[in-house]
Amino acid sequence: MRVTLRIWRQKNASDSGHFVTYEKDNVSPDMSFLEMLDALNRELIGKGEEPVAFESDCREGICGTCSLVIDGVPHGRGRGAATCQLYMRKFKDGDTVVVEPFRARAFPIIRDLVVDRSAFDRIIQAGGFISVNTGGTPDGNALPISKSVQELAMDAAACIGCGACVAACKNASAMLFVAAKVAHLGLLPQGEPERTERVRKMVAQMDKEGFGACTNTFECEAACPKEISVGFIARLNREFIRATATGD
Amino acid sequence: MQLDARVPSGPLAEKWDRHRAEIALVNPANKRKFHVIVVGSGLAGASAAASLGQLGYRVSCFCFHDSPRRAHSIAAQGGINAAKNYQNDGDSVWRLFHDTVKGGDFRAREANVYRLAQVSTAIIDQCVALGVPFAREYGGLLANRSFGGAQVSRTFYARGQTGQQLLLGAYSALSRQIGLGQVTMHTRSEMLDLVVVNGHAKGIITRNLATGEIERHAGDAVVLATGGYGNVFYLSTNAVGSNVTATFRAYKRGAGFANPCFTQIHPTCIPVSGDYQSKLTLMSESLRNDGRVWVPKKAGDTRSPAQIPEAERDYYLERMYPSYGNLAPRDISSRAAKRVCDEGRGVGPGGLGVYLDFGEAIQRLGEPVVRERYGNLFAMYHEITNEDPYKVPMRIFPAVHYTMGGLWVDYNLMSTIPGLFVLGEANFSDHGANRLGASALMQGLADGYFIIPYTIGDYFARTKPQKVGTDAPEFTATEADVRARIDRLLGVRGKRSADAIHQELGQMLWDHCGMGRNEAGLKKVLAAIPELRERFWKEVCVPGANEEFNSALERAGRVADFLEFAELMCRDALERRESCGGHFREEYQTEEGEALRDDDQFCHAAVWEYRGLDQPPLRHEEQLSFEFVKLATRSYK
Repeated sequence: MRVTLRIWRQKNASDSGHFVTYEKDNVSPDMSFLEMLDALNRELIGKGEEPVAFESDCREGICGTCSLVIDGVPHGRGRGAATCQLYMRKFKDGDTVVVEPFRARAFPIIRDLVVDRSAFDRIIQAGGFISVNTGGTPDGNALPISKSVQELAMDAAACIGCGACVAACKNASAMLFVAAKVAHLGLLPQGEPERTERVRKMVAQMDKEGFGACTNTFECEAACPKEISVGFIARLNREFIRATATGD
Repeated sequence: MQLDARVPSGPLAEKWDRHRAEIALVNPANKRKFHVIVVGSGLAGASAAASLGQLGYRVSCFCFHDSPRRAHSIAAQGGINAAKNYQNDGDSVWRLFHDTVKGGDFRAREANVYRLAQVSTAIIDQCVALGVPFAREYGGLLANRSFGGAQVSRTFYARGQTGQQLLLGAYSALSRQIGLGQVTMHTRSEMLDLVVVNGHAKGIITRNLATGEIERHAGDAVVLATGGYGNVFYLSTNAVGSNVTATFRAYKRGAGFANPCFTQIHPTCIPVSGDYQSKLTLMSESLRNDGRVWVPKKAGDTRSPAQIPEAERDYYLERMYPSYGNLAPRDISSRAAKRVCDEGRGVGPGGLGVYLDFGEAIQRLGEPVVRERYGNLFAMYHEITNEDPYKVPMRIFPAVHYTMGGLWVDYNLMSTIPGLFVLGEANFSDHGANRLGASALMQGLADGYFIIPYTIGDYFARTKPQKVGTDAPEFTATEADVRARIDRLLGVRGKRSADAIHQELGQMLWDHCGMGRNEAGLKKVLAAIPELRERFWKEVCVPGANEEFNSALERAGRVADFLEFAELMCRDALERRESCGGHFREEYQTEEGEALRDDDQFCHAAVWEYRGLDQPPLRHEEQLSFEFVKLATRSYK
């Protein structure tokens, strides 16, 4: 296969950036999209040119490092997969493919396709945890948790923190990310004692980081590689109102 | 090099309690005077940094990722072992200990393994308290499943994402400490060297991967939790960023490197499909609970699996190892797969694959149950191979997965450099020559949550470490070394990417230091590696500069270290003239083709001391004594 790539190149945060076109041939349909970019980079390095900067690590869809907006869609077309799980068999010979970084005010570009998502870490640091120290915890079976509650918490906990929800949203909102963590911890009895404080602090940090508001377009769920439901956003709103109303 | 394991005396079951009672303490007010550097934020690093921060130490934690939630612990699928005996099936601390020592083919340190089994139960409690959503039964209690190398059900899991959930638990604990100001997190920071002052580890030199800035960081102790070196083979199940640099740099500064030849080849991975491939994907061992492994009885049988009748299939694991069947340990299952493929009975392109068949399980349990248990793994397989495992059997083949070797540590997890501690996969201590499934997560969290918080205090209290600032001449000298190396990489300006040379190295190692090893092959590869290294330094091209985000420079630095480390690994494999666990020397096998240990000559950990580039490293031995379990031939028949 042969594809034409239009890739966003930007030397650093202060550079204005532009698209560069590359012709890539010898593409096998069994290659992953990132392996195709690896092959392109090998060719560029062989010519002494600077490779396209992009990030990835586990390459099996769980670490959340890879990003990329491919033909306008975060992680590319197809549901429930990260960019590293996208295969070239999804494209046709002769296709032109446009590759951009995740764009959001809260995710400044570092270089080319690499963005800074540390805002997510700061939201977790503000309250996305259960405050227990190491040691002295009760037996794991001391607190029975119904299977349905545990399953729902697990659905939310599956978030890989990639930021596709933000990149997909016209408002660059981080509501799905925050909702998933608030739901995961809030559903479990272990997380109950800090439920009120947690949602307040996380939402405050989310706003401080410059993420936009949610207007219920649900692009986030469509882009999420773990298919996390927007139902959790409704739950987040409820939790937030509850926290505000109780005022304690 | 002194190898004093500092194993406490007394009965096995009392060693850890006794040691904790005798350990020197640092009083709470004094803890804040000590600064600990933790490198790595996987299970071991994140749990250590969080726990040490909670105790009151000042902690700086470093990772090369953009966030501490990314380390490759996150990709562990199947589960974590613990001797809870919730299933009432005869499990106990002793049995977990015994399974682990036997699984490791009697090449691990008894006292460490016993302690691991002891603290395993507390890990589950800790994780539940942190909100890890482990699988549960309808009654609300925790569920378990079985894993290779055990006849009890002691593996706790969170769907096929156990590593992710455990890491996110440790990450949340770490995040809380960062928020409280107890831990300072440095992301996108790669450790490029260790600073040793008067024989003690006193700091690290890092490169900020976003800006290229070279930084000095001083501390009273350095904790390495930087994972394994499986990527020396180029293709492995590791993340593409995983590397040996931190531990190898420490080795070059005087830390002994133990058993580098002990590498684990995991039996159930998706076979290689082409030379463009950047990594191999594991299919969790938990699949072997219900999947049956087979190949055609006849060599060169190219019929589709559905056309091969039951009578013409060889369920070789069930045939060869009837008591463990498809749950035989990893090293044994991998070798068996290699053997049937060598006989020409392999399936799929190139004959390098065996079937993992769920047909019978789907008939017995129904598709919904199979989907509930393994749905995400099946989807992952389908995505990668374009084949539907509900309809056709999966094709699997062994691939490099984990490294049991690592920096040598004593009972306190301290390396041969005082003040340098090593946790998790980066150390060598607990898995011997083969690791059992669901034990890596257990060890990473044991080291970080429950061992280092005790033992590091003992070091501080007893040695009263000298305070060293980043203006010390050792920092200046080490930084100069780091800069010189970067300049050298940038200065070659050849025509090849570091990746292409790494791929060559990987193929060489897979052929001669992979599932089967022999003297002739190892000697051949030992002659070829220095030649490849020389070519690397003539041919590599690293475009751009240091003072920017430069992924080619990152990669090249890691590959340069792999090119040196590979030689150490092969040398160790050559010198270990026996077969044990994952180390299979073809010269040493039983008539049935099983590994043949030599306990008279090799019941030890081989520990390598670096002596400069111009002379070979020195091999030391830590004798392993088995006081409490009997050395026996490992049998799963």
